Amino acid sequence: MKVKVLFFANLREQLGTAAEDLDLPAGVTTVAALRSYLKARGGAYENAFSEKSPVRAAVNRDMAQAAAKIKAGDEVAFFPPVTGG
Amino acid sequence: MKISIQPEDFDLGLEVRNISRDRAMGAVASFVGLVRDVAMTLEHYPGMTENAIAKIVEAARSQWQIMDCTVIHRYGDLQPNDQIVLVAVASSHRADAFAACQFIMDYLKTQAPFWKKEHHADGARWVEARESDDQAAERWRQLKQPRWSKP
Repeated sequence: MKVKVLFFANLREQLGTAAEDLDLPAGVTTVAALRSYLKARGGAYENAFSEKSPVRAAVNRDMAQAAAKIKAGDEVAFFPPVTGG
Repeated sequence: MKISIQPEDFDLGLEVRNISRDRAMGAVASFVGLVRDVAMTLEHYPGMTENAIAKIVEAARSQWQIMDCTVIHRYGDLQPNDQIVLVAVASSHRADAFAACQFIMDYLKTQAPFWKKEHHADGARWVEARESDDQAAERWRQLKQPRWSKP
């Protein structure tokens, strides 16, 4: 299943990339599963997506909870808690 | 309704004058946020930011009588005292205008995808989200029913 994954702010800096096109293995169908999948890549990903890291997510440009479903063609973004205003 | 995410500065007086007029309009409440203390770079999520703010405004509309609304948020490099955000809400009465303006700001701080990177003398660092901002947004949840029907 192909999805587009985006990273913002310090997550983007830690990972050294703003966007990736991924072909996910079967079973990676939620935000939480995708987060675990990315963490399992090790290195900077393991740090960025550790349980201690306060990562938020959006699916197709809508804030999403960990249990939110993802499907082929979705745009999934990961970022730290927002600090605008 | 106007929502703009832009690097350029804005003119509060002009924006308030541009709020659409209606004979029944009796109040415009506005808030301008400024950059405090240090220079910063603001990043956002193009495409999502506008949607997120539109949803916050819709939530405000379901709670208060809003006749028009303008939200401007800047991004890019900003200096101390630069204007960073504007929320202006027009209503028949001041109570709705004040409350909706504060509601939109409180939710914008926790729901709109912006991130601040401050440039200190000893280096740059990303601003961490504050728990007090979550609490400010959370207290609005105690409001249950709309007090006004939609115009």
